[in-house]
Amino acid sequence: MEAVATIPPFERFYVEHRDVVLGFLRKRMGGQAAEDAFQETFLRALRAYDRLEHGEHLRAWVLTIAARLAIDTSRRARPTAHELPELPVEDGRPAYAQIEHLADGLPPTERAALVLRYAYDLSYDDIAVALDSTPEAARQAASSGVRRLRAVAQEPGRIS
Amino acid sequence: MTVSPDLDRRFREAAATAGLLDVGFDVVDSPIGPLLVAATDRGLARIFFDAEPELHLDRLAQTYGPRVLRSAPIVDAAHRQLDEYFEGRREAFELEIDLRGAAPFARQVLDQLALVPYGQTTTYGTLADRVGAPRAARAVGTVMNRNPIPIVLPCHRVVGANGSLTGYGGGLDVKERLLRLEGAML
Repeated sequence: MEAVATIPPFERFYVEHRDVVLGFLRKRMGGQAAEDAFQETFLRALRAYDRLEHGEHLRAWVLTIAARLAIDTSRRARPTAHELPELPVEDGRPAYAQIEHLADGLPPTERAALVLRYAYDLSYDDIAVALDSTPEAARQAASSGVRRLRAVAQEPGRIS
Repeated sequence: MTVSPDLDRRFREAAATAGLLDVGFDVVDSPIGPLLVAATDRGLARIFFDAEPELHLDRLAQTYGPRVLRSAPIVDAAHRQLDEYFEGRREAFELEIDLRGAAPFARQVLDQLALVPYGQTTTYGTLADRVGAPRAARAVGTVMNRNPIPIVLPCHRVVGANGSLTGYGGGLDVKERLLRLEGAML
């Protein structure tokens, strides 16, 4: 009757996702940097692994770690980038800072799609890989997450 | 995109070096076949004669925690001493042991078992006597049967009262081979 996926032994998790994580990092940085980031990604995953509460969407989870590393690495490479003002919403997408604190209550798939799309700027192709799904389903999950957040934000007393 | 063996090895080593594993394991070649050897930061924890990792991952995770990873450095000392033992160059293992998960009675029996010298045999009944439970020979047999660290904790040196080999987790032929290696009288 276990509704939530249990957390697999780390060995199984690592073997299942290592190639995807390396491919993801290689697309974003050079060979050696990608290998360094690969090792750091799984070390960070290992540090956090015994605090995981369930085994859902572990690929999305480890890709968010990789994506955060990729962002940090590119910021270090271009030190002025983070000084630029955050761009206002231009294409109807909410800036992640506006939705971050609300995303916790979403169903796991929608939350993962939303965070990967808006916090880490992953393409729907990448998100599909992360969620073991299709690009179209990833797009739907993200937009359904956004709709749900808008509805929540409009409830009286929920706007912070 | 396939992770190269070199990158894979570097990550596995870094994980062990950083002390991030609940339990690490490796598959070690030996004259009696490959052995799966597992260790924690407290010491050597398991040796399995059936060395297929997938068979043991869930059990290891349940006993020690989910951060289970194949990584050579964490079993390095045990690996080296096992090699020496099989080459006839080592009679006593000098390794820390992690017996968490063993019940108190099993632990008592395993502590006594560890004292049985190289090249000698004892009986289930004698071990039962030594833990102060002279009628528990059968229970001692069960503990031997579930010995988490065979070879290092030498259950191969325990035989029936009539001198028969009785049984062994790795198979009777392995038990006989270990005793011959040690020069025990059979």
